[in-house]
Amino acid sequence: MMENYLSLLIHAALTENLALSLFLGMCTFLAVSKRIDTAIGLGIAVVVVQGITVPVNHLIMSHVLGEGALAWAGLAEMDLRFLGLVTYIAVIAALVQILEMVLDRFFPPLYNTLGIFLPLITVNCAVLGGTLLMVQRQYTLGESVVFGIGSGLGWALAIVVLAGIREKLKYSDVPAGLRGLGITFIITGLISMAFMGFSGLVF
Amino acid sequence: MQESNSTVKKAGPVRRLFALPNEHPVKTIVVALILCLICSVLVSTAAILLKPRQLANEELLGKQREILRAVGRYQAGMNIQAEFSNIETRLVELATGEYVSHINADHYHYARAVADPATRVEIAPEADIARVRAIAKYAPVYLVQEAGETRLIVLPVHGYGLWSTMYAYLAIEVDGRVAGISFYKQGETPGLGSEIANPRWQAAWRGKRIYDDQGTVRLALITAGKRDPDQAEFQIDALSGATITSKGVTHLIRFWLGEQGYGPYLRRHFHVGGGQ
Amino acid sequence: MKHEHKKVLFEPLLENNPILLQVLGICSALAVTTRLAPALMMCVALTAVLVASSVVISMIRHHIPGHIRIIVFVTIISTFVVLVEQVLRAFAFDLANQLSVFIGLIITNCIVLGRAEAFASKHPLLPSLLDALGHGAGYSALLIIVASLRELFGSGTLLGVTILQPVSEGGWYQPNGLMLLAPSAFFIIALLIWAVRSWKREQVEKPEFRISHIAQDDRE
Repeated sequence: MMENYLSLLIHAALTENLALSLFLGMCTFLAVSKRIDTAIGLGIAVVVVQGITVPVNHLIMSHVLGEGALAWAGLAEMDLRFLGLVTYIAVIAALVQILEMVLDRFFPPLYNTLGIFLPLITVNCAVLGGTLLMVQRQYTLGESVVFGIGSGLGWALAIVVLAGIREKLKYSDVPAGLRGLGITFIITGLISMAFMGFSGLVF
Repeated sequence: MQESNSTVKKAGPVRRLFALPNEHPVKTIVVALILCLICSVLVSTAAILLKPRQLANEELLGKQREILRAVGRYQAGMNIQAEFSNIETRLVELATGEYVSHINADHYHYARAVADPATRVEIAPEADIARVRAIAKYAPVYLVQEAGETRLIVLPVHGYGLWSTMYAYLAIEVDGRVAGISFYKQGETPGLGSEIANPRWQAAWRGKRIYDDQGTVRLALITAGKRDPDQAEFQIDALSGATITSKGVTHLIRFWLGEQGYGPYLRRHFHVGGGQ
Repeated sequence: MKHEHKKVLFEPLLENNPILLQVLGICSALAVTTRLAPALMMCVALTAVLVASSVVISMIRHHIPGHIRIIVFVTIISTFVVLVEQVLRAFAFDLANQLSVFIGLIITNCIVLGRAEAFASKHPLLPSLLDALGHGAGYSALLIIVASLRELFGSGTLLGVTILQPVSEGGWYQPNGLMLLAPSAFFIIALLIWAVRSWKREQVEKPEFRISHIAQDDRE
């Protein structure tokens, strides 16, 4: 069982990296990767949000929305899967909002570092993508916790790596037209090729 | 905020409400409720109206067309339903290999049966070579009938590759040779692993033997350099650059045609797989 | 057509392309462009959602409470996305399967939310409609270019029709496998950015750091 979870964690973080092999959360990935410290802040925020929203959405999917999920309420024939998308995004938006308030009230120092990133996360497709992949692959509750944290870690790792390279890159003499965004795309492409090497990493 | 409220006093309750400043809590709640109501009505209406069509698509294009592809009888623009009428759907209890008659095979939903604890069969991790985790107690088979005789057996199979679960229909001749295969759902690496969906590669499966004389599943994907000419009838070219996908395909064949899958069924009804 | 309307409609195509300059909506531009047909479907789906949500948001813009506006936008957008998804699953089964989760991810496509927040919630109906059409077109143009290049060089086909006969089918063209893999999309977009910025020099970003010439002067 433990091995299974470990394998899923590594799979979610490296071989199936949300940013570099599935291209999720790219807008924030490219826009907020200029400095390492902000990248680390955003990365941690994504890990936390993923670790909460994926399991919560799993519970909602398996107890309310899924096919026959309402059997406990005597509505075994009900199939509300078409409401999935709307519900998941609402859950993400609401959880992010609640998380922001909880941090603000009880952990002010953490709020000061992560707070500004939280609104960015609602529209980060890595978070919604994580939930949709969980639904598509029919993970169990335990697996969805591991998958949420693992995929969040992978995204965080990718953005920190990119930010590290971009910090050094500003001292280099890039052709004018490629400066900034252009060269960032090329570097992301190269990192994603490197991450493809992890695909041999199967347990 | 920007709305004036000089005319408000004489207006009805609805207008009065909309004339409230946007930040007013009552207006916030009312706007949110109205929005939710309209959106949910729209979404539900669409879902209910389109559902029959979606289910029909799933049945016709997702299943029947792919089965016809596996047996090599699909042409673009053909009447799928008419052609499919020669194919009989039966339900098999995997463990015993017997046909099941107390469940209607046409309305059987495999995924639902896997989810249902009553019909779910967990696969022990060490035996789970295709990484399916659990299967259903009963699984469908599709029998291609010609002149009252079963000519081909089509088995739905699936297993995990590199990134994704790969789903296929495998068509078998009654003498135990492969008649065709169609991978219809997979998310393997584009250009490498996802070549399993390429009809040219699938064509190489035709005529291959599955079981050796002892009844063991021998069919496997083998890398070009490692092929053994004496074993050619059991061997299919692996996909270049897609070792793990190829291994996954070999494993899903071994799993589904072995004892945990359709092995007992094929042996019992077609004497395929020998052994007994 | 009034001048500002024209500007709103055509500026996102090249002068202010959502992908090339505003860095919005990139995920899908990378993920669905291995072949042209799903990319075209994605363009239609995104433009439809963008236009519909911009129009609705612009119509009710005076009644959206400020502090719940983001969730209001997201609700409206996701309603349209679900509608589009349901319609595709009913009428374009194969393409809907190919696009899988990426139709759903239009909800978080920053172009849609970005235009809702930055434009539609502040402007009347007609400009919002044009702005949405313009941004849809700018996004589509880029997706179509990237997808055409990737399909042509990656599999030798366009919309499934063989253009360059691949070696595996008895032709001469050795398909470039990299084109089908993720990184190629990054490289193609980077080259497009380079090309556009070499032409429209005002889009070039200012260097954050300039190598000083003092050292050189000292040596002399």
